[in-house]
Amino acid sequence: MSKVLVLIEVSPAGEIRSTAAALLGAASKLGEPVAVVAVAPGSGASLVEQLGSLGAAEVFVGESDLVGKILGAAEVQAVTAAVAATQPIAVLVSNSVEGREVAGRIAVCTGAGLIMDAVDVREDAGRIVGTHSVFGGGFSTESTIDGGLAVVTVRQGAIEERAAAAQPVVTSVPLTVDISSAGVIDSVEDVVVSSGRPDLRGAATVVSGGRGLGSKENFVIVEQLADALGAAVGASRAAVDAGYVSQMYQVGQTGTTVAPQLYVALGISGAIQHLAGMQTAKTIVAINKDEDAPIFDIADFGIVGDVFKIVPQLVDALNASK
Amino acid sequence: MKIVVLVKQVPDTWGERRLDPFTGRVDRESVDRVIDEISERALEVALSLKDKNKGTEVVVMSMGPSSATDGLRKGLSMGANEAVHVLDDALVGADAGWTSAVLAAALKQTGFDLVLAGNESTDGRGGVIPAMVAQRLGLPCLGSLNIVEIEQNSVRGERGTENGTARVHASLPAVVSVTERTPEARFPNFKGIMTAKRKSLTVLSLAELGMEPTTVGGRSVVLSTVERPARTAGKKIVDEGNAGLELAEFLAARHLI
Ligand SMILES: Cc1cc2nc3c(=O)[nH]c(=O)nc-3n(C[C@H](O)[C@H](O)[C@H](O)COP(=O)(O)OP(=O)(O)OC[C@H]3O[C@@H](n4cnc5c(N)ncnc54)[C@H](O)[C@@H]3O)c2cc1C
Repeated sequence: MSKVLVLIEVSPAGEIRSTAAALLGAASKLGEPVAVVAVAPGSGASLVEQLGSLGAAEVFVGESDLVGKILGAAEVQAVTAAVAATQPIAVLVSNSVEGREVAGRIAVCTGAGLIMDAVDVREDAGRIVGTHSVFGGGFSTESTIDGGLAVVTVRQGAIEERAAAAQPVVTSVPLTVDISSAGVIDSVEDVVVSSGRPDLRGAATVVSGGRGLGSKENFVIVEQLADALGAAVGASRAAVDAGYVSQMYQVGQTGTTVAPQLYVALGISGAIQHLAGMQTAKTIVAINKDEDAPIFDIADFGIVGDVFKIVPQLVDALNASK
Repeated sequence: MKIVVLVKQVPDTWGERRLDPFTGRVDRESVDRVIDEISERALEVALSLKDKNKGTEVVVMSMGPSSATDGLRKGLSMGANEAVHVLDDALVGADAGWTSAVLAAALKQTGFDLVLAGNESTDGRGGVIPAMVAQRLGLPCLGSLNIVEIEQNSVRGERGTENGTARVHASLPAVVSVTERTPEARFPNFKGIMTAKRKSLTVLSLAELGMEPTTVGGRSVVLSTVERPARTAGKKIVDEGNAGLELAEFLAARHLI
């Protein structure tokens, strides 16, 4: 079976990021998943078992003291070495800020073609085909590469496929990383999501708040409703810019694109750039005090009213019915 | 210091954006074209350095169809010193590999200490071009900076990712991409618009860059394009004191709780 490389994202603390399962799942649709990790020397062994349980048939460990100290170069080097060693048909990388940059650089180094922001992948007569959701889901397209290796960035939370567990074969190689052209990392602040809420990407329910919440303190009602529904928290750009929540929660054109079963928009007007990130949700609910707010044009259930009156009543009703 | 800012012309996100059903490419005719908001913010970073430091030279560069001139003219009227337009019929539908190769060649020809770009465009959202350009030029790339600090021989700042932030730096020359968290761009003023007319706008063809219209590595091909049916509005009620309860019932009826 053809091999498919997956670049595994590893946190500064050395843990496998949650994107690994879906990437290995996507790889298993195309061929035999080979996990590639770039780590500090000696720290790869502890990841192997977990990568096997997520479906990696092989684990390719690139070791360098520079991992975590420079931007992307060790990861690019690890994948480039793994490409040479395994001759894969595709390399899958998370469509994250870090993943995209690494993917672009791998494509340059290996002469591969890019399939960007795929929400699904399949193999068709030896070609890798990616599905894309464009302009906030207004269009769906399929693309491929006209020959050669495909580097695919995979949208987070989009792939439900999971690979069967395997007993991976491990290869470790030392990396020779060129630091003369590297960006240097001085310090990292990894925001640990301690809320226990589901991840925004891939969540079945999302409750988002906008500028209508008025303050960081008031934004708590968004979190209360999210918890009553078991939902992830999201926000509009205006809410992020006003400092109610961190930018990681932004939904929309330049934030995260979500496609949950249920999306609840609280105090969000429904600007076209916000809709671009959530309009493919199965069911959309909106609460806004302006009856002409454009969010109502796409809402399955719209309430014209004050979020501060309606949300607490809803939370009480939900909690009472539990 | 010479800063080249890569600006991209995109369909205005305030309008209805479409794909051409036959080519799968962005339909550039059906909507207004504007400089991407994030590219404008990258230009703002360069111009605010120029405000403080008169020796700064700012070049706006764009690869795109002839209409991209409008965006470059706007960049000049905002305060850039000169503009470079990479224009060639063979570039229509160029993929990321090809685009980054052409931009890298144009940058080499123009010369620079620092390249600034937006972290991703609002139409393609690929977010790979700055890193690919840097890789082709053998330069460091600081991607997705929320805060940019440009010094004599280096650039540093705060990078924003899905998992938090990081402080990063690189020595110059380097490629930097900025996010929408950098300050909003200025508007061109009257004086800027008048002086822009006298500034130089160089047009470069592939031949002038010494490039052949061939592919660089595997080329991306669009296979199919399907438009989703538009959403329609559902039920809308005005709260009369018990809308929260009605909503709870709606969610229960749809098995959403
Ligand atoms: C290139 C570009 C990219 C962008 N990307 C994004 C993006 O990714 N995501 C995004 O969200 N935006 C994005 N925007 C910004 C977008 O245009 C809007 O400015 C933003 O979405 C507005 O956020 P909002 O709805 O929270 O704020 P507003 O538009 O100010 O709406 C607040 C709403 O709250 C309502 N309200 C106020 N008080 C109450 C109350 N007590 N009860 C009920 N309702 C109340 C008001 O009626 C109003 O409708 C982008 C813009 C551009 C130009």
